[in-house]
Amino acid sequence: MEAAHAPTHGHGHDDHAHKPSGIMRWVKSTNHKDIGTMYLWFSFTMFLVGGVMALIIRSELFQPCLQIVRPEFFNSMTTYHGLIMVFGAIMPAFVGFANWLIPMQIGAPDMAFPRMNNLSFWLLPPAALLLIAAQFVPGGGAGVGWTLYAPLTTQAGPSMDLTIFAIHILGMSSIMGSINIITTILNMRAPGMTLMRMPMFCWTWLITAYLLVAVMPVLAGAVTMTLTDRHFGTHFFNAAGGGDPVLYQHIFWFFGHPEVYIIAIPAFGVISQVIPAFSRKPLFGYASMVYATASIAILSFMVWAHHMYTAGMPVEAQLYFMYATVLIAVPTGVKVFNWVATMWKGSLTFETPMLFALGFLFLFTLGGFTGLVLSIVPVDVQLHDTYYVVAHFHYVMVAGALFSAFAGIYFWLPKWTGRMYNETLGKWHFWLSLVFFNVTFFVQHFLGLAGMPRRIPDYALQFTEFNMISTIGAFGFGLSQLLFLYIVIKTITSGEKAAERQWEGADSLEWTHLPSPAPWHSFEKPPVLK
Amino acid sequence: MGNKGFKKWAAASVLFFWSIAAWAEYKLNLQTPQTLLGEKIYDLHTIITVICVVIFIGVFGFMFYAIFKHRKSVGHKAATFHENTAVEVAWTLVPAIILIAMAVPATSTLITMRDTAEPDLTIKATGYQWKWGYDYLKGEGEGISFYSTLSTPRAQIDGTDVAGRKANPHYLLETDNHVVVPVGKKVRILTTAADVIHAWYVPALAVKQDAVPGFIRDTWFKAEKPGIYRGQCAELCGKEHGFMPIVVEVMEPAQYTAWVGAQQKKVAAAKVDPNKTWTPEELKAHGEKVYAQNCVACHQATGMGVPGAFPALSGSKLVTGPVADQIKLVLNGKQGTAMNAFKHLSDVDLAGVITYTRNSWNNKVGDAVAPADIKSARN
Repeated sequence: MEAAHAPTHGHGHDDHAHKPSGIMRWVKSTNHKDIGTMYLWFSFTMFLVGGVMALIIRSELFQPCLQIVRPEFFNSMTTYHGLIMVFGAIMPAFVGFANWLIPMQIGAPDMAFPRMNNLSFWLLPPAALLLIAAQFVPGGGAGVGWTLYAPLTTQAGPSMDLTIFAIHILGMSSIMGSINIITTILNMRAPGMTLMRMPMFCWTWLITAYLLVAVMPVLAGAVTMTLTDRHFGTHFFNAAGGGDPVLYQHIFWFFGHPEVYIIAIPAFGVISQVIPAFSRKPLFGYASMVYATASIAILSFMVWAHHMYTAGMPVEAQLYFMYATVLIAVPTGVKVFNWVATMWKGSLTFETPMLFALGFLFLFTLGGFTGLVLSIVPVDVQLHDTYYVVAHFHYVMVAGALFSAFAGIYFWLPKWTGRMYNETLGKWHFWLSLVFFNVTFFVQHFLGLAGMPRRIPDYALQFTEFNMISTIGAFGFGLSQLLFLYIVIKTITSGEKAAERQWEGADSLEWTHLPSPAPWHSFEKPPVLK
Repeated sequence: MGNKGFKKWAAASVLFFWSIAAWAEYKLNLQTPQTLLGEKIYDLHTIITVICVVIFIGVFGFMFYAIFKHRKSVGHKAATFHENTAVEVAWTLVPAIILIAMAVPATSTLITMRDTAEPDLTIKATGYQWKWGYDYLKGEGEGISFYSTLSTPRAQIDGTDVAGRKANPHYLLETDNHVVVPVGKKVRILTTAADVIHAWYVPALAVKQDAVPGFIRDTWFKAEKPGIYRGQCAELCGKEHGFMPIVVEVMEPAQYTAWVGAQQKKVAAAKVDPNKTWTPEELKAHGEKVYAQNCVACHQATGMGVPGAFPALSGSKLVTGPVADQIKLVLNGKQGTAMNAFKHLSDVDLAGVITYTRNSWNNKVGDAVAPADIKSARN
């Protein structure tokens, strides 16, 4: 607890009043707020890059026949859209939130390891450049799917090596970020801020950070085995040399399923801050929320093979993975019920953050239910690798994680910038996103049910109408996000001054103890907690 | 409501119902199952979806009630409760019970689905980049073996023949050779692959099984009605993943027997006399067909390949160099690239296609490769 009691001059050489100016302020930054800001801008940039890739995919699928791109380029777009959105957009966005909020919410001056914090951010741009450069090497981007299944990856060109290296770097960044978060939360809480008094957002990140430390090395292992299979004569995934292609899938999904929750759990944390604030009522079932989150995290290690029901495994294994997967619905249900119960008999208002939180709640639950349908093996065998799955995980990732990130940004923007966003434009952003999201993805359930496989650049004629609708929705959704960019820039440059406690129902430390915008070092003296 | 208003309203409602009628043509559910197991799966999907919808409406009924009644703008004051043990225990246990109720029919269907014992007919489906190979291993028709390749003309796919595509009801879902099976018989499909992972997927027959190189997996179906059922490869397998469909034709037993007879005759007729001497022209002509089925997707009809992705054969050093090197490469493939081993083609096919590539486009080597050269290179 040493750090929590650090006096104001605890940082010694680091002058509080003067920070390096210009670009060096950002390059050399050890400040959790600057680093958080950089994470968020990086993430939004990657969101646009991945979004353009999505629009290329949807343009090609607007009509049957190959009209805009070649199949190999199409495959590369689906691959890098997935990789960039997962590793470049969504994960860094929530690390950005963690950087900004955890020190403020637990009453600490900064993160535990400020220099490592700097490094974990600055590893991201080179990784992103590698992923983008992979498009321009001979042979173009590897069209292997974001899951990078062997042995297709052994056929791919040099872009595969760049991608593997990028994943190694991203993994290092995530692990460093997680160590920082765990250490900060466990060691730097203000006196009286016991674990069970922490805001839910901190709890969800504590759990997520443990998940990251556990599974990022597993992914690194899987892609390293791919690398040695490609260049150094090993046969981990080649049956001719005594290996097994399905082994890759087991390793990948042992990372991949917890990864789903690495993305979803911080989103739960944001929602658990926003809904009580606008219900003007404390979060219902705080303790059960913590236990439910921890149970989801633990269960997430035990269900990986439900992504592989058609890969071939004994019927006993299929039964086990089906039961274990279905079990996750229980703690997830508890969370949804808790959020609804928080709203029950509250005094509700519907500012933009609350709208996005409700959009999250409604659509994430829908995605959860299609997940339940997919957990049933005989049904999944029909739907696996079809557009039903594509629809399912976009409900969870876009309407889930992304909407929650929007909720969080609108919620904390007044605290971060000291300025208020334009409420009317914010609501427009919400309603446009909500409508176009559903136009894009709801119809994909029908495509999947009718049997349209995913990752195909051209399709049979009976799938035409829904693909057209989906493409129109995708362009609407993409363009709506430019409105978001405008709103944020407008807020920073000329928004109205925000109050210290902009939301009357918000009661965590950043709202009750810090001015808006929050000071350079959050708490130079630990706050006094009642 | 005035007369004018009524007319407007009537027109709007006619439009609304018309649009619902138009929706009926859109496929909103799983394909009509053609097997008893498929029907079970269809019902299972319906039951689970209905349960989910009911719970969804229930939970969000509460949410929307709160949104309308417990809002600040109607003057609702916030309560202060934040836990209730009884309610929390209830909403943990009740979903658990519902889930167990779902798992029971799922378990029995799964066990039926995985029971591939005692088939009447066993067929091995091998995934290649990018076509399917079929070997009838056991049961009536044993010994029949063929490849099944997409038969939609390239001109329809690349958009030069739009009228043809629009008039083609089975665009991308048609093959040159159908997998023919008898009705009412248990057909076991063994899946494997020669290069990367593929998946054998026919929605109406309720089967999907990955085809993993180096391993054998199995699945089964028993079609209840004669007909033609169409599916596609469901696992990303490279560039032409979207273009390797599966067409299963289910026949009455008598018709099936006739088909088997015809196939066996065809095999006998096609059996090339191993001692036949091929003229270079004959080899080249045969090779052109083999090229169109196996090579054209990457190396292109022009022999120019796709720059950066697939090398050109026209003007290639290897193709115009010593013949032994080219034979070795085609037989064994090139590790770490999309160039697979083509050992599975016959000596005549390989001799033909190599002769064709050495004497087409800008390549004018002038030699011919005899089937015997391939045979000796195999050993």
